[in-house]
Amino acid sequence: MQLTQRAKQVDRRPMNGWEKSYLPAILKGMGITISHFFKKKATIQYPEQKRTFSKVFRGVQILNRDEEGRERCTACGLCAVACPAEAITMEAAERQPGEEHLYREEKYAAKYEINMLRCIFCGYCEEACPKDAIYLSQTFAQANYDRKGFIYKKEDLLIPNPKEDPEAYRRAVGERPVK
Amino acid sequence: MHLLIIDSFYIWEKLILVVFIVTLCMLVAMYATYGERKVAAFLQDRIGPNRAGPFGIFQPLADGGKLFFKEEIIPLASSRTLFVIGPMLAMTTALLTSAVIPWGPALHIKNRNVPFQIADINIGILYIFGVVSLGVYGIMIGGWASNNKFSLLAAIRGASQMISYELAMGLALIALLMLTGSLQMSDIVDHQVHGRWGGFLSWHIVRQPLGFLIFFICALAECNRTPFDLAEAENELNFGYHQEYSSMKLGFYLFAEYINMFISGVVMSTLFLGGYDIPFVNEASWHIDPNWLAVIGFCVLLAKAFFFVFVFMWIRWTVPRFRYDQLMNLGWKKLIPLALLNMIVTAVVVLWMRK
Amino acid sequence: MNVTQILFWFLSVLALFSALMVVTSKNPVHSVLWLIVTFFAISGHYILLNAQFLAIVNVIVYAGAIMVLFLFVIMLMNLNKSTEPKKNKWLTLAGGVAGGCLLLVLVAALKNSEIKQQVAQVKEGDIGLIKNLGNELFSTYVVPFEISSILFLSAMVGAVVIGKKE
Repeated sequence: MQLTQRAKQVDRRPMNGWEKSYLPAILKGMGITISHFFKKKATIQYPEQKRTFSKVFRGVQILNRDEEGRERCTACGLCAVACPAEAITMEAAERQPGEEHLYREEKYAAKYEINMLRCIFCGYCEEACPKDAIYLSQTFAQANYDRKGFIYKKEDLLIPNPKEDPEAYRRAVGERPVK
Repeated sequence: MHLLIIDSFYIWEKLILVVFIVTLCMLVAMYATYGERKVAAFLQDRIGPNRAGPFGIFQPLADGGKLFFKEEIIPLASSRTLFVIGPMLAMTTALLTSAVIPWGPALHIKNRNVPFQIADINIGILYIFGVVSLGVYGIMIGGWASNNKFSLLAAIRGASQMISYELAMGLALIALLMLTGSLQMSDIVDHQVHGRWGGFLSWHIVRQPLGFLIFFICALAECNRTPFDLAEAENELNFGYHQEYSSMKLGFYLFAEYINMFISGVVMSTLFLGGYDIPFVNEASWHIDPNWLAVIGFCVLLAKAFFFVFVFMWIRWTVPRFRYDQLMNLGWKKLIPLALLNMIVTAVVVLWMRK
Repeated sequence: MNVTQILFWFLSVLALFSALMVVTSKNPVHSVLWLIVTFFAISGHYILLNAQFLAIVNVIVYAGAIMVLFLFVIMLMNLNKSTEPKKNKWLTLAGGVAGGCLLLVLVAALKNSEIKQQVAQVKEGDIGLIKNLGNELFSTYVVPFEISSILFLSAMVGAVVIGKKE
């Protein structure tokens, strides 16, 4: 049975004298390597050149806002339940009168943390969220000097306000269509 | 007190030549590191260093600067003097070999014939052998003085490898010496330049292909280059004999390896590829200034040597490392009998031709 | 004093000093390294006598190969002060006497030989050059040369026989 077309039959005949010197095999190998010398290089000059991501790339999470710039998250905890790595913790608080321009729902997340060292970027939080509040963005490879810095607070996760800073908002949204 | 009987012109001439050749070796070694990284990258579908300057040509300067400013560590348990002497020896022996190589045809300066060679001694090839056999000490002393088991093992591996392959190398050369009848390097080159068969047909590689192959393999082993780099097997002996070294002492070891590579390329071109001989042309019929002829010859020799350096790198990124027993089997059971056979056949042919 | 004489004295002092260091060094590895320096000094002397071939063979064979094997064994034996055997005083004395006798014999032999009248040919002799040496070895001394090579061959065969286990 053949699974692929690339399988190669191994020649198990005993080697003759010329082959036993291994010179033909070495020369063949050197021919293969030198052919790579002239091939097109796979290198991408990283900071200047970037590879384009697919539309469904799963990067670092962002907390979304609606068109008026209000936080969508209602601290229901479904994302934390869905998270297989148990990276998400949150604390809920009730919206006070006069805060309607800040939070869309009556309940909001006072504290929302994702431990980026635990996160496996599976995207289950995005799928679990009933309010379209959490998304996986196209940013990746976060760096920090200590482990504490990898616990992202709500301020680190929130998307820029579309009213105050529309340019940054558009950049954070990227190519992904926002519902 | 008449200390110096030889005239001052002679001293200056030799001094300038020595400085020139040592600088050349250093420069070539520097850029060989760059070349190695580039060749490795190209053979692996990468680009290699390209950030420092255009195409990364200042990379060796950056590497050298880094090595100079690194912290220098001498392990407490090491034997201090020998630890310092090790890299010095490696470097010295690497540079010493260049003394007997004829780098080009003779120059004419102020009506004097100035040979483009530091010392044209009677025993040129043997001198190279002597210096190469001393190259072992740099490795052995460094490895032992580090007081580290891995270093010691690597040093002993390296030493036994070098001794074993020197034998086959010498036997391969004896066949060549039978053809030339001289140990003097300038004679050997002359023999190829003014050979009976003309052109590149009188190069020794044509008449001694097997000898050349054996010599080439042994040169790889003597330089500790990859199929035979057991002395610094980084994945078994964590970097081998220079494991405890840091800063420029490490740099000296690495540098010495590249100088060795360059010099062995030059030696092979001199012995087998006609030295500074330009193939297919009769340069004597050009009627140009002999000084220009010397410069051209020098460049041709360099080109041949660089070709060998490239092949060394090419082999390094193609062939995996030998196991120790395979190495010894190849050296003692294959190369030495082959070299002996080559020697006997050559002797018979030489005697038969003479009759 | 010309250059040759300066070199001669320098090499002689170097040879004697390093030979003394071979005997007096506590560490056997240092002893071997000093012995290599001694060989180099002697090679230098050969070069002064214009015996280039002998000089370089001395370097290749003794300094380059035999001493490496010595170093090999000594490095692997891991000799420390604690493993040093206690020396017998009488043995030391016997060794001293034997060595002194050898020295006496050598001096006496040299004193009565014809060499005393001859001045060493510095720089001009050409018997040490490879061509003359080869001619001499394969014409005048061909029988002893071949006999010694048979001796080496038998030693080699012996080594192979010992090394080959069943």
